[in-house]
Amino acid sequence: MIDKILPSVEAALADVGDGSTVLIGGFGGAGVPEELIDALIAQGARELTIVNNNAGNAEFGVAALLKAGRVRKIVCSYPRTADSYLFEALYRAGKVELELVPQGTLSERMRAAGAGIGAFYTPTGYGTDLAKGKETRMIDGRGHVLEHPIRGDVALVKAERGDRWGNLVYRKSARNFGPTMASAAKCTIAQVYEIVELGALDPECIVTPGIFVTRVVKVPRKKTTAVPAEAAA
Amino acid sequence: MSYAKLTREQIAARIARDIPEGAYVNLGIGMPTLVGNHLPKDREIFLHSENGILGMGPAPAAGLEDMDLINAGKEPVTLLTGGAYFHHTDSFAMMRGRHLDIAVLGAFQVSVSGDLANWSTGGDAIPAVGGAMDLAVGAKNVWVMMEHLTKTGESKIVERCTYPLTGIGVVKRIYTDLAVIDITPRGLVASQLLPGLTFEELHRLTGIPVLPSGARAAA
Repeated sequence: MIDKILPSVEAALADVGDGSTVLIGGFGGAGVPEELIDALIAQGARELTIVNNNAGNAEFGVAALLKAGRVRKIVCSYPRTADSYLFEALYRAGKVELELVPQGTLSERMRAAGAGIGAFYTPTGYGTDLAKGKETRMIDGRGHVLEHPIRGDVALVKAERGDRWGNLVYRKSARNFGPTMASAAKCTIAQVYEIVELGALDPECIVTPGIFVTRVVKVPRKKTTAVPAEAAA
Repeated sequence: MSYAKLTREQIAARIARDIPEGAYVNLGIGMPTLVGNHLPKDREIFLHSENGILGMGPAPAAGLEDMDLINAGKEPVTLLTGGAYFHHTDSFAMMRGRHLDIAVLGAFQVSVSGDLANWSTGGDAIPAVGGAMDLAVGAKNVWVMMEHLTKTGESKIVERCTYPLTGIGVVKRIYTDLAVIDITPRGLVASQLLPGLTFEELHRLTGIPVLPSGARAAA
């Protein structure tokens, strides 16, 4: 019997090694796998490359990883927010490297990794500072930039519910990077609020099929909405 | 003659009037978000949010915020009946794949040839780009919403951008607090000048020739 469900976030993250590239879902506060990130801090892996849209807020999530000194490099599109002071201090002190990537290119580079694409040309960024040093080519009269896949050793994603085969569904805009990151890592770990029986997820509506998911772990639900009836649905 | 510059809300209202029924539209973070408050109620317009929403509705009533349903500026929003959620790569396919009809973006500078500078002022700030470059190259029409002049009175419409570029030759139209300016092969073409503002004065403030809309190029 295939059962991808692990009993705890600690068990799910036990084998993450130093120097790993970790893809972490979330956009702003939506879809951030906070319990998995906390467990990664406790687990102790160092010299990590983190791929996330942002560079953490206040002292939660990715910012907490930064604070714990576990991050060597961040690959992201938008590290500057009102409360991204931890990243800013480390960046200015030269203690963390930044690779700034346009958001769509970030997502597409991970899609490319998941889809077995060697590299791709995109007009995004052509002629800008973010294309400096990259190979370019004119295609149909338009400048394009060559972009390479981003592969993760591990992906940490937050979904709403999952089953023992690793099928996942998400909730509203918390879906964001989850499905793409799940496809782009050697080991994808999904935290869910609810584990359901096989067959309980409508096959027409499964967003991430289990082939992209290595481990599933249940975490206690946090209140994400002021409408309890809706959250319980 | 004297003239009163448009407020940001008034610029937003102008832009909203020009968005047709059925358009798929992305409103950039900051000033362009105001356009959403002025969309004509009798038109169905699809607002897209880069984090995976089509058919985005207004902010929820107090107490009904759902932090799993936020816009690109990370503020709580709602979903219209008929709206859809999708993942990031699909969302950016909509942006990069020429599916959006209009992107309304803020800007630091726009050049006469439509170059856009809106993601960085260079210097010492932490660089952050988000989806700006994807929208700039991907939307069928990039409209810029900005004040015509900087706080120190320099034109934000320039011969060549001095700030780092977001995209080359991408802007089609600029809505400012003074006029609406189309970027055309024959140069800047202005319409809807403020009452009391002459073309000569607009030219002087901009520092670049501005043609009246409908005028023919000088022989």
